[in-house]
Amino acid sequence: MNKKIEKVKKETEPKRKIFLNVVKAFVVGGIICLLGELITEALIKYGHLEKDTAGIYSVIIMVFLGSVTTGLGLYDKIGQFGGCGTIVPITGFANSMTSSALESKSEGVILGIINNMFKLAGSVIVVGVVSGVVIGLIRYLLGV
Amino acid sequence: MKILYAFLIGGAICALAQILMDYFKLLPIHITLLYVFIGAILDIGNIYDKIIEFAGSGASLPISSFGHSIVHSALEKANELGVLGIFVGVFDKTASGITAAIVFAFFIALICKPKG
Repeated sequence: MNKKIEKVKKETEPKRKIFLNVVKAFVVGGIICLLGELITEALIKYGHLEKDTAGIYSVIIMVFLGSVTTGLGLYDKIGQFGGCGTIVPITGFANSMTSSALESKSEGVILGIINNMFKLAGSVIVVGVVSGVVIGLIRYLLGV
Repeated sequence: MKILYAFLIGGAICALAQILMDYFKLLPIHITLLYVFIGAILDIGNIYDKIIEFAGSGASLPISSFGHSIVHSALEKANELGVLGIFVGVFDKTASGITAAIVFAFFIALICKPKG
């Protein structure tokens, strides 16, 4: 009997956990994007900026917020709750750079902060540039 | 209204990432790299631009936008300079985000104390 219960538990629990994680990621990721959109629209309305310019400012502000909350230790706490909701937005990129730099601070400014800043985020740039150039070249040569 | 779409689309993009991560037991780095690549693919036919047009920050904040911007600005420059433009233009649109991330990460790391 006990074995049966355990088996049922094993089968249903991961699924329920996944569902809950997905809901959390949706809410947290959604709120971060909503905040970015709020900033963009506020800049257009009250800052009298053009749409594209406002978007760039908004990204920079979000990167700033991601970096500061990482420095205060808040972003990791949100991340434990929000999972991919905090990994996928650009704030997660800022978080990975700031936390890599911060964690190795004890090794000094050059060997620690500067040397380790791109430890996690570098991969994003490598994949972005390599796939970007390959896809760009193919599309340019094919004219699509 | 666009604020609602930003929430829904941004949330959906993150939720999909969570499904992939939990289901295939991936690491965060796999998700970000996969998303960058998908974004680069979705520049074809300006698909990603249309999603941004609809959802604003809901599509421009997720990291998939990074892949999209790289291809987009590379091809834009390629129209002016030929193949050289691809190398010149790669960082055109993403430079501001990367620059901001580097500068803020540097100063925050200098100022703050590591946690844990």
